[in-house]
Amino acid sequence: MAVQVTDSNFEAEVIKSELPTLIDFWAPWCGPCRAMGPVIDELAAEFAGKVNIVKMNVDENPATPSKYGIRAIPTLILFKGGEVVEQITGAVSKSSIKDMITQKALG
Amino acid sequence: MKLYDSIVIGGGPAGMTAALYLLRSGVSVAWCEKLSPGGQMLMTEEIENYPGFPKGLKGYELVDLFAAHLDGWSFDKYTDEVAEIIPGNGVHRVRVGDEWVEGKTLIICSGARYKRLGLPNEERLTGKGISYCALCDGNFFRGQEVGVVGGGNSALEESLYLSKLVKKLHLIHRRDDFRAMKCYQDKVCIKPDIEVVRSTVVTEIHGENALEGVTLRNLKTGEEHFLKLDGLFVFIGFEPVTGFFPDQLGVDAQGFIITDVEMATNVPGIFAAGDVRSKLCRQVTTAVGDGATAANSAFLYLEQLDA
Repeated sequence: MAVQVTDSNFEAEVIKSELPTLIDFWAPWCGPCRAMGPVIDELAAEFAGKVNIVKMNVDENPATPSKYGIRAIPTLILFKGGEVVEQITGAVSKSSIKDMITQKALG
Repeated sequence: MKLYDSIVIGGGPAGMTAALYLLRSGVSVAWCEKLSPGGQMLMTEEIENYPGFPKGLKGYELVDLFAAHLDGWSFDKYTDEVAEIIPGNGVHRVRVGDEWVEGKTLIICSGARYKRLGLPNEERLTGKGISYCALCDGNFFRGQEVGVVGGGNSALEESLYLSKLVKKLHLIHRRDDFRAMKCYQDKVCIKPDIEVVRSTVVTEIHGENALEGVTLRNLKTGEEHFLKLDGLFVFIGFEPVTGFFPDQLGVDAQGFIITDVEMATNVPGIFAAGDVRSKLCRQVTTAVGDGATAANSAFLYLEQLDA
């Protein structure tokens, strides 16, 4: 299972993370987010130790999504060394997220 | 390579019903869905016309009930995108992600997705003001000004949902009359915060890092003007999900799969069900009927094949 991060630990868990970090912005009322949820959990297990994969509930944590200009969910953002390196909006397949992680996070 | 009696492609109501009927008839099934099951039901706030639920229920609640019906059955699930189909004589090959599997029959239930406007900047600003899902993204536009493009049931239904959240909504429709059901039209016309803009199309989308507005053209007068918007929601109909179709599969002018009344396509052993099929009525109820019919046809085809 991907760990839930919050506005208060975002800095520590994502920006200062040693590993590249993929964060999934979601909400309980969002159908496509529900569709993506299990895929993100599977990826978190598969990339454990190599890429940090976490989720943030935008309902409970408004500050971070607003800081990154998020106006649609699900949105995935990949951070490396505290910088945004890739952003995907909308429900996408597991293989396309895997390709993105392999190229942009581990490449 | 693993061989199955049937491979069901898609996890919406058609695919879930096809899988259920196949499993109950005792054949081996692989089920391919790139996300978790539900399809467009997950994008729907409230489903009010599925018989048996007279009070209506949330889209995701119906999905959970459909999925629960498959609990306890033994089948293989592939959580990835179907990328390619190679039809064969008696056995068809399917590539799911990086993996190849074989099926004596295939049931394609890949569904449909919202059409894009096809304008420059549309893709770049998707998620930065442009959206195709009111339920998902409406909350980001609380108290703001948005446009909705379209004139069918989806456009009006979503406008009614959004109008509860936003300050002002412009409903932009290219014709004078709406195609949507009268019950939606009556509700939309009495909402003071919905402004109906008829005979008008969006010709340009403006914005650098976020949507700033659109250019509208009145089709009767030819006049153009700029409308400042925080959000633009697009509901102008559906297109089939077709990327993996083999060349020889018969489709209509819009790309939807042509079948007979038993859901058989022009390729022996390949069936289609649900929104991906060429038909007029696209509902959860019709998808379910298609799925059951397709599963039955696949079962009869398998019996013939093994005879």
